[in-house]
Amino acid sequence: MAGTGAEMSSHTISVRLENTPGALARVSQLFSRRGYNIQSLAVGPTERDDISRLTLRVDCNENSLEQIEKQMHKLVNVLRVTELKPDDSLERELALFTVSVAPDRRAELVALSQVAGAVVADIGRDAITFEVVGRPDQVEAFEELVRPYGVRELVRTGRIGLRRPSRTP
Amino acid sequence: MLGSDAVLRSLEHEGVDVAFGIPGGAILPLYDAIARGTTVRHVLARHEQGAGHMAEGYARASGKVGVAIATSGPGATNLVTAIADAWMDSTPLVAITGQVRSELIGTDAFQEIDITGITMPIVKHSWLVQDVRELPAVLKAAFHVARTGRQGPVLVDIAKDVQEAELDFVYPDEVDLPGWRPPSKVHPRQLAAAADAIAAAERPIVYAGGGVLNADAAAELRALVEAGRLPAVVTLMGKGGLPDSHPLNYGPPGMHGSKYANWALNKADLLIAVGTRFDDRVTGKLSAFAPGAKVIHFDIDAAEVGKIRHAEIPVVGPLKLGLAQLAREVKARGVTHEPWLKQLDEWREQFPYRYAKQDGVLKPQTAIEAVRDAAAGLADDVVWTTGVGQHQMWAMQYLVCDEPRSFITSGGLGTMGYGLPAAIGAKAARPDATVVCIDGDGCFQMTCQELATAALERLPIVAVVINNGWLGMVRQWQEMFYDERFAETHLTQSVPAYAQLAEAYGCAGFTVESEAELEETLAAAFACGRSAVVDVRCDPEEKCFPMVPAGAAAVDVLEAPEEVLT
Repeated sequence: MAGTGAEMSSHTISVRLENTPGALARVSQLFSRRGYNIQSLAVGPTERDDISRLTLRVDCNENSLEQIEKQMHKLVNVLRVTELKPDDSLERELALFTVSVAPDRRAELVALSQVAGAVVADIGRDAITFEVVGRPDQVEAFEELVRPYGVRELVRTGRIGLRRPSRTP
Repeated sequence: MLGSDAVLRSLEHEGVDVAFGIPGGAILPLYDAIARGTTVRHVLARHEQGAGHMAEGYARASGKVGVAIATSGPGATNLVTAIADAWMDSTPLVAITGQVRSELIGTDAFQEIDITGITMPIVKHSWLVQDVRELPAVLKAAFHVARTGRQGPVLVDIAKDVQEAELDFVYPDEVDLPGWRPPSKVHPRQLAAAADAIAAAERPIVYAGGGVLNADAAAELRALVEAGRLPAVVTLMGKGGLPDSHPLNYGPPGMHGSKYANWALNKADLLIAVGTRFDDRVTGKLSAFAPGAKVIHFDIDAAEVGKIRHAEIPVVGPLKLGLAQLAREVKARGVTHEPWLKQLDEWREQFPYRYAKQDGVLKPQTAIEAVRDAAAGLADDVVWTTGVGQHQMWAMQYLVCDEPRSFITSGGLGTMGYGLPAAIGAKAARPDATVVCIDGDGCFQMTCQELATAALERLPIVAVVINNGWLGMVRQWQEMFYDERFAETHLTQSVPAYAQLAEAYGCAGFTVESEAELEETLAAAFACGRSAVVDVRCDPEEKCFPMVPAGAAAVDVLEAPEEVLT
């Protein structure tokens, strides 16, 4: 890539695409072939049955971002590509954490998690599974919080996002 | 109506007059429909790759969408090279493949292959049709996508049971593709900015590519060039987009382009890139390509603009419309660049294409010049096709193409074996033209079974095999960059016996072993009234110059060593 804009940074891209077989494969194929690195990808239904929304988190420079958007626009199943800028958009993520904890420290951990806005999803003999819904930084903060106890398993949905209506002209 | 008949009725609605293909198990119902009758002429190829390149040659010669038909599995995979070729060169192509029955899909059934998956990176779009009711809309969409925006290949994979199923056929008037919206106009502000930049430049140069031909914008390009007295370089893919004999056409730049074209780009202060994509075979080392130039990049595909080289003035939209507008804008500004043109003319005078003649040795360039001159004497339109390699580069250098769609070659993918089937397809598209394939011996052997197609389908073409007995371009690289270790590049000039091979396929065979025989033999081949193969035994050691070594700066273009030339 020539010219300016070579600095790497993270970007969230929101893609509306037709809910048809192969549409997601076409998008992900494009990413892998053109060497764009996806941090997270979440896809799901929207207000319309025939349209899905994809939220992609990518690490790239400004030039690559422009290329990604243009290349995605060329896909017949892709209806719209927009970058979600942090100030103008809402981003949320769901994560499940299974944290090791001895029975005598359960109460302490549950109290801590409640302060952090997590919900207890399951309790086992020596572990608790929490669910956390929030901004990606809140999910990360929760992970930091429980790490000393020992995170046995962790799964994140990847971020989903929408533009804030309050910022949409 | 059956699905198979619906496919043919759809092709008829799309104005398809010729389709190229080979039947097989999963596409049998469609061929049965062909037996029931259609206005579409089917040309039976001998290999699906051949059918694909024929469809490409048809498309490039006519400007219409090419159609190739194959069965599932190996039939479909044999089409892949042609689909990839069409992808790289933006050739409008609809590939129709049979697929195993719906209930067998995903079971690794006999001749089942996931062809939509395999071709995903090399098509604009593809469809797997498992419901017969979708067929008309899918075919309508397929042709629309192939021919609009930046042209290219699409694939329609049709399950066998869908071909056999009944439907009420109604061909839609409009496509329903909310996600496919190619640009239909050009922003006037960008055109004005481009015209201002052209007026302000001292050393502007137009750098035109194959997009000009795809857009049928040759007249508009010429109008622009003449409006601003702008010199132009025209790429391999764009050849014919501006007449080669036009004084403002400085020919092809790039790896085997002229020194003056490469120097012109190097010294330019403004690049007016039109329908072109800064391919590495043109730019050479990117950081040294047109280092002092500001860039106007005009293309129908927004993703090409700024992909390789930053464009100070991006212009996105249809070339035909935009070039006409730009020509008017430039004309209104009263632009001339005479000192710059004078400089370019001096370089053109100083560094022409040249090669050394040797007594008793037939040089490949001499052969190509002789074919050019023989064809120039014919009353017909001439359409040229080529394979890939040295002969292709010499054809680019020495053929004079003044008309659009008269030079058909494999540029982006560099597909050896493209030339012969592309010629057959071109002949099917333009039966009144004389179609000549300049081929290499290596290329010819990759698809020469299509001589049978040419003979039996009565699509007479002339294939001139520049036979040096080697994979010549690879040999050239081995000589120049691999210390003359000629590993596995020697094919021999005598096997196969090309003239006999031609006869075996029902074509006329000719052999030329000396310069003295060229003119007469070529005249005989052109006059023979059927497909002909002319085996021209050339100097095995001739190298193609000028040459920009891979990765070198284009300005450092190598010419043939002086001692060879004097």
